[in-house]
Amino acid sequence: MPEQIFAYILHKNGNVDDTAAELIHAANAISPEASVVAVVAGSGDELQAVCDEMAKTYAEVWKIDSDALVYINAEVLRGLLVRVLPKNPVVLVPHEHFGMDLSPGLSVKLDAAYLPDVVAFEGLEGGLLKAVREEYSGMVSTHVTCDIREGAVITIRPGAFQPDESRDAGGQVLDKTDEAVDGGIPGGNRRYLEIVEAETGDVDITKSDVLVSVGRGIEDEDNLEIVFDLAKSMGADVSCSRPIVDAKWLEKARQVGTSGQTVKPKVYLACGISGSFQHMGGIKGAPFIVAINKNAKAPIFQVADVGVVADIVEFLPDLADAIGDTK
Amino acid sequence: MEILVCVKRVPDSSENEIEVNPSGTDIERDDLVYSVNEWDNYAVEEAIQIRDKVGGSVTVVSIGDEDAEEVIRREMAMGADNGIHLSDESFEGSDGRGFATILKAVVDQGNYDLILTGAQADDGAGQVGGMLAALLDYPYASLVNLIDVLDGKRIKVGREIAGGHQEMNEIDLPCVLSIQTGINEPRYVGIRGIRKVASIDIPIKGAGDLGVGTETIGAAAAKVKRQDYFVPELGEGAEMLEGSTDEIVEKLIELLKAKGGFK
Repeated sequence: MPEQIFAYILHKNGNVDDTAAELIHAANAISPEASVVAVVAGSGDELQAVCDEMAKTYAEVWKIDSDALVYINAEVLRGLLVRVLPKNPVVLVPHEHFGMDLSPGLSVKLDAAYLPDVVAFEGLEGGLLKAVREEYSGMVSTHVTCDIREGAVITIRPGAFQPDESRDAGGQVLDKTDEAVDGGIPGGNRRYLEIVEAETGDVDITKSDVLVSVGRGIEDEDNLEIVFDLAKSMGADVSCSRPIVDAKWLEKARQVGTSGQTVKPKVYLACGISGSFQHMGGIKGAPFIVAINKNAKAPIFQVADVGVVADIVEFLPDLADAIGDTK
Repeated sequence: MEILVCVKRVPDSSENEIEVNPSGTDIERDDLVYSVNEWDNYAVEEAIQIRDKVGGSVTVVSIGDEDAEEVIRREMAMGADNGIHLSDESFEGSDGRGFATILKAVVDQGNYDLILTGAQADDGAGQVGGMLAALLDYPYASLVNLIDVLDGKRIKVGREIAGGHQEMNEIDLPCVLSIQTGINEPRYVGIRGIRKVASIDIPIKGAGDLGVGTETIGAAAAKVKRQDYFVPELGEGAEMLEGSTDEIVEKLIELLKAKGGFK
């Protein structure tokens, strides 16, 4: 049983990421007895504010403060973490773009196991941690065991664990900066330059009340017309999932998902979208979700309110015609 | 620029319904259509485009049984110059670290400036590129959606981060990058292209050829092991509308009206 579990805290502009309060519950699910230490890296007053905030949730907060961490480069942070973490640590990191950048290499440098994108834990026995992961974009799940006796870096799917909202930990903040930077700043062979903001399109789907969203099931660029026809009949806007943008059929500004836009419509019509967690992660505010997909086993049917098993290329024109007739 | 691209043969989940077999030991593999992992295909296309711009060569490497050869050949038909097929019984049951260890040996035997992997494959782990970089002590960037060669020593890469934004970095070569879909438009490979490379010899290398100690790979070295496959019961799921198309459409319109789905 690990005595301590470390939780890496994401934050931006002084605001703590939603995953910060989820990781403590993930740690509790691994081992209720372990003390959970929040590790927060950054710089200056913003960092201090995040640490103080985290001390409400975590009994112990480790702070790493450096000018080299104003914008956190995973290559830099990895080297610093290796210096401050104890032998054989269990480290939890959110499974998103930064965690994916940091974690596989961190596990190698710590000579620890790597267990990615966990959605649930099912017990720890004799150093073997049992966890649930998904494969094939969520179409099937697996139980995996991970030997954590020599440490483990575990990435946790955002939203998979409930956030801890008690906020009464009264924790203490320990400054680990000296230990972390002793030996200089590592990772100089990858240098952060800038953030290029996403292009804005002619439609702002983040403001739409009704979205007709199209995915791979549309099969052909020419078929997009039927999606726009349906949206027009409903007075809705058209959004899409990642494969449509990858194919350059629609602009990036229409993409819903963690790597695209976060939308909060009242009604979301998912057409030919399988429903990967990256896509669903971009839908907030609990809209009424209608899923139309020819694959009855598509994960979207598990999260939708209403489902129709149909080929969208045939079904959407019928729906658009019928809506037209009601007007 | 000498470029190595790591590719994997996987069930094509856009062509197949992935189901669990009756005993839960595996997915149902009968009648599956296999192809090259989608992310890897973007990586190969990117490598070919870089080579065509600045010169050099593209080598495609894949770990797997005899069937892995077909994806190597497919990527050579796209335009990759060389293929390496890694196959050995001792590779079986490796976890991500094991596969990264095998690939490190390939890198050590070559003279590569740039090593590309797909950002993830069928198991959604997204691990091998980052591990490989750490084993090699090379810099790494994940989820790369732009590569700009600056000179023989440095490249500029864009990473896809949240909200459609892009994080720009400068990286020294040699380095490892994991490639995100959408970075380019992979070219189509036709039967004729495949035929052209049908007779090219693709060397097969095992643990001995690579000098990989079998204690560092395979099931015995794996700290992470898959126990079973299953389909989770997630809440109640959707209310499925059934009946004739007309009946379904009518019911759906009623529901959409009630929920404010019309203007």
